[in-house]
Amino acid sequence: MREAFAARAAELIDADHGIAIVLAEISADLFQDAAAAHPDQVINVGIREQLLVSVAGGLALAEMRPIAHTYAPFLVERAFEQIKLDFGHQGTSGVLVSVGASYDWAEGSNTHFSPRDVALFDTLPGWRVFVPGHAAEVPPLLDRAVRSDQGAYLRLSLRHNSTRHGRNDGSLTVVKEGTRATVVAVGPLLDNALAAAADLDVTVAYTNTPRPLDTAGLRDLAARTGNTVVMVEPYLEGTSAAIVSRTLSDRPHRLLSIGVGVEELRRYGTAADHERLHGLDAEGIGARLRGFLAV
Amino acid sequence: MTATYEQTLELARRTVTDVRYPVVKTYTFDPIWVLYDRVLRIDPAHPDDPARDRFYLSKGHGPSAFYAVLAAKGFFPAEWLDDIASPHSRLGSHPDATLVPGVEISSGSLGHGLPLAVGTALGLRATGFTDTRVFVLVGDAELDEGSNHEAIQYAGAVGLANLHVVVADNASGTVGWPGGIASRFEVNGWSAATVGLTDHDALYRSFTEPHPDRPRVTVASAMLGPH
Repeated sequence: MREAFAARAAELIDADHGIAIVLAEISADLFQDAAAAHPDQVINVGIREQLLVSVAGGLALAEMRPIAHTYAPFLVERAFEQIKLDFGHQGTSGVLVSVGASYDWAEGSNTHFSPRDVALFDTLPGWRVFVPGHAAEVPPLLDRAVRSDQGAYLRLSLRHNSTRHGRNDGSLTVVKEGTRATVVAVGPLLDNALAAAADLDVTVAYTNTPRPLDTAGLRDLAARTGNTVVMVEPYLEGTSAAIVSRTLSDRPHRLLSIGVGVEELRRYGTAADHERLHGLDAEGIGARLRGFLAV
Repeated sequence: MTATYEQTLELARRTVTDVRYPVVKTYTFDPIWVLYDRVLRIDPAHPDDPARDRFYLSKGHGPSAFYAVLAAKGFFPAEWLDDIASPHSRLGSHPDATLVPGVEISSGSLGHGLPLAVGTALGLRATGFTDTRVFVLVGDAELDEGSNHEAIQYAGAVGLANLHVVVADNASGTVGWPGGIASRFEVNGWSAATVGLTDHDALYRSFTEPHPDRPRVTVASAMLGPH
């Protein structure tokens, strides 16, 4: 996904001199050619994440469209006040693109884990969140993010599904139909959710645009599946619970949230290992689904 | 309206904001006045002209001086100054760029204006506004914030010549800057001068001193009197 992002971003910069990318060393090697061709549009501020986000905000004030990119916890957590104040509070917006996700670099441990990022964006007005499940989904999502005057957070991961899914309009895409529940799988967890639901009578729907969540689509699917909903999210468990609850507040409904646990595991290994430890592999998701549906 | 220095200073004093900080609200007055009266190329009739110079008040606390100068120069009616921070006022105890004509950034949380100004200076350069300058006013205690030092290092290293920082120094920082504030900028490659906070001619000379290959800082010090 990172390579797909860098290649598309370089094309955007080349085509539109009003677009700039701001880096903090991370991924700078992927932008060497773009930087040589467009030195004013590819800005590497060094390992200075507060400056990374503020410079992007300052570029937006100069009426450029900034893309700020670095590792997820440094982009979103270290510089969160910059995100809060240097875009929306200024009446501007920008595009933020992260790598690392919840546990991509499992050997790096908690310093490089960012399961909280989407929950943090839910505390700010106006931000859209894109979580691609496949590298081929990245370029169109980046285009949507850049060609808009709304803020957007694009969360890239090493984890991915075997093929691309989803339309590029933010709507939920039904991948499998059933009657007992609607399982919404976000981004790279679709394959695991599908495997988990293979022998269950449930609908599985996919989105790579969790914000804004397709609440109209969710209401429709929920109505056809007993107003029983399962959110399977590759970030902090329960991140979308408030939105689902609000979406279905006029009906009796049930919700199961499956996602990354809040505990610090202090374990190394691989991302696949951490997926299993958090119960996000097919076996773990399947066990939670069967318990919830009492089958 | 157009007003004299004395009339504008009176406007700043009559505002009701900042009762917690009776001195804070006017100690930035002179550098802001000199900038708007003699230096900045900004037309209140065309506040969105993309080629306009930018003034970022980073130190958003105590904006009475800033509001008074904006009113004096015609960005909004002076009557707005009489109910600052009321529920119906556009003027708060921290300025909001989305509410107040002439206010370029919303500020109040320290350490944001200078890093934002770096981005805007880069953006103006990238979009061809090479004669446009970005002035940003920070307080001496505001420099405690580490985000400023990321910006000072970077702007100096890349020679961001369209950036000018004004440090309004009333020695309000508890820990302070042994060796002086200007030295922190100079070691990072900035052009620097330290002048009296109320010395209009010295402020003007420093604001207009050429610095073609590097950013510049003017430390406007309350500890130095006018010459």
